[in-house]
Amino acid sequence: MVDNNQRVEFYRQMVRIRAYEEAIRRDYHADKTPAWDIGAGLIPGEMHLAAGQEPVAVGLCANLRDDDALTAPHRPHHLALAKGVDMKAMTAEIFGRTTGLGKGKGGHMHLFDPDKHFSCSGIIAEGMPVAVGQALAFSRRGTDSVAVAVAGEGAANQGAFHEALNLAAMWKLPVIFIIEDNDWAISVPRDTSTSVANNADRAAAYGVPGERIEGNDVEAIYQAVKRAVDRARSGGGPTLLEIHTVRMWGHFEGDAQAYRGDELAEAEAADPIPAYEAKLIADDLLSESEIAQILADATEEVEAAIAFAKASPEPDPSDAYQHVFA
Amino acid sequence: MTVIDASPGTRRLTTAKAISEGIAQEMRTNSEVFVMGEDVGPYGGIFGSTTGLFDEFGATRILDTPISETGFIGAGIGAAVEGMRPVVELMFVDFFGVCMDQIYNHMAKIHYESGGNVKVPMVLMMATGGGYSDGAQHSQCLWATFAHMPGLKVVAPSNPHDAKGLMISAIRDDNPVIFMFHKGVMGLPWMAKNPRSIGPVPEEEYTVPIGKAAIAHEGTDVTVVSVSLSVQHCLDVAEKLAGDISVEVVDLRTIAPLDRDTVLASVAKTGRLVIVDEDYKSFGMSGEIAATIAEVDPMLLRAPIKRVAYPDIPIPYARVLEYEALPTRDKIEAAIRDLVS
Repeated sequence: MVDNNQRVEFYRQMVRIRAYEEAIRRDYHADKTPAWDIGAGLIPGEMHLAAGQEPVAVGLCANLRDDDALTAPHRPHHLALAKGVDMKAMTAEIFGRTTGLGKGKGGHMHLFDPDKHFSCSGIIAEGMPVAVGQALAFSRRGTDSVAVAVAGEGAANQGAFHEALNLAAMWKLPVIFIIEDNDWAISVPRDTSTSVANNADRAAAYGVPGERIEGNDVEAIYQAVKRAVDRARSGGGPTLLEIHTVRMWGHFEGDAQAYRGDELAEAEAADPIPAYEAKLIADDLLSESEIAQILADATEEVEAAIAFAKASPEPDPSDAYQHVFA
Repeated sequence: MTVIDASPGTRRLTTAKAISEGIAQEMRTNSEVFVMGEDVGPYGGIFGSTTGLFDEFGATRILDTPISETGFIGAGIGAAVEGMRPVVELMFVDFFGVCMDQIYNHMAKIHYESGGNVKVPMVLMMATGGGYSDGAQHSQCLWATFAHMPGLKVVAPSNPHDAKGLMISAIRDDNPVIFMFHKGVMGLPWMAKNPRSIGPVPEEEYTVPIGKAAIAHEGTDVTVVSVSLSVQHCLDVAEKLAGDISVEVVDLRTIAPLDRDTVLASVAKTGRLVIVDEDYKSFGMSGEIAATIAEVDPMLLRAPIKRVAYPDIPIPYARVLEYEALPTRDKIEAAIRDLVS
């Protein structure tokens, strides 16, 4: 069972993440019109947002400590925020400012926070072997820290996924592999890309436990990850989890999503946050005023982070030449 | 153990043994150093780079991996970002194709992308080079391919002394270092012997600086710049021509960052330049050095630059075909004579 305080905290974290993604979306598009230019505006470049996938990040990270490692894919904001990455420094990075996590060198797909052992890779599945190596370091040092690799369902057809699973299984390392199945690899649905209906079945190929979690339910996700983390911390080796979630928005901002047809409306209707809110109201854990307060707090934090980013200086052009080598 | 002469001060080792000794000495003093790769355990590395390490340090620190280069190079990166100092072996450089994302997009870039907040103190060592009919997929040098990527340091020693010192420097470096050992410099018992692949190696720990070339042979008539096994050929030619033509041989030792100053200083002295490279000729190390002279001061040259480099062909199998393409002593000598005449 998940205790009631924790349930409210799950809700609070999901609202916080959604407020973040909505605000980034707003500012990302605001200055790219009328002639939409991906390289223009306050936030240039590609932008992959995670609306709908908040339950994965929140249910996962509620099981993690600061000393546990997490490698995220190209769609990382929900995971970073849930892992405790500083919102201001992360936002400043997305805005390309000197106060950003990477001083404006990385951008939204390359967020690194060594204090939280959080990193990203923009290359599909390639963060997974890195998590194996982090787990190897933890194991060699005799700590009970764990490493988590998150990737989309499209990543499960990459060699890196299979190589990482085999290595972690063979060396019995404390790794939790999480496949976020949002049904779409950009425009390609999983039934035309993947030979099995359930990627967790692939765990059997490496002799590790595998579990698919349906429903995009933060509590079920929390429980499943807890089993995996407990196993990893106690020396039981890796676990592969596939979590069925929902991609409410485009693969990237500006994605017209014509390929989704009627499914898009279904995805939007499957928003996990109102559903969870209704559940907590029904259980008498949240009042309307508390809900309003949670949203207000989230909005305040997000807008403060954005204001911080906008007020932060842009890098000096000469900074481009720094940090090639340590 | 391939100790040739154990008398004090003149102890001679093969390059392979010098490398493994450097790794072992670092492992004794730093528990964060460990080795992984294919056949690095009881076998001791296909080219001998980890000889004896398994016996001393055991399976917990000398990890044989599956044939899974993306997996274990990525794991090396993950261990390095957590502060360990892995020495990872990619058996042949030619296998880079199955793991280049980890090398190009992760190992090389994480420090920069993180604004300097995350270091990747890792050594990725690999065998390079041909001359023994191993064909197009097992004979390449490819140092320029790695040197081309900002964020990677690339070293390629030509002799046992430098190999040990560079390995110790590479392990201590906070950056990813690509350590490329030519099979021909390793002193392997199952390959044609290049006498300079066995040489004096101090027993104590010492470093050879990364990014610093060496004047391997002093001269005044012509500068010959090279790296790795080709340096040995250049030295053979320089000694042969002594008394006739005074050849200065610059052993780059490091490809990236390139020691341009040493090259420029030598060319300023001699006014003539031959560049010898077993890597492909076009878009590579030899062109980079030529460009350096052209950018800084082409008036240093009294004659056009000559390049003895691998022609732009895949490496052929048949001996006569491969040696047609390799930078042999005869070609180096001919280039020098042509330039000085």
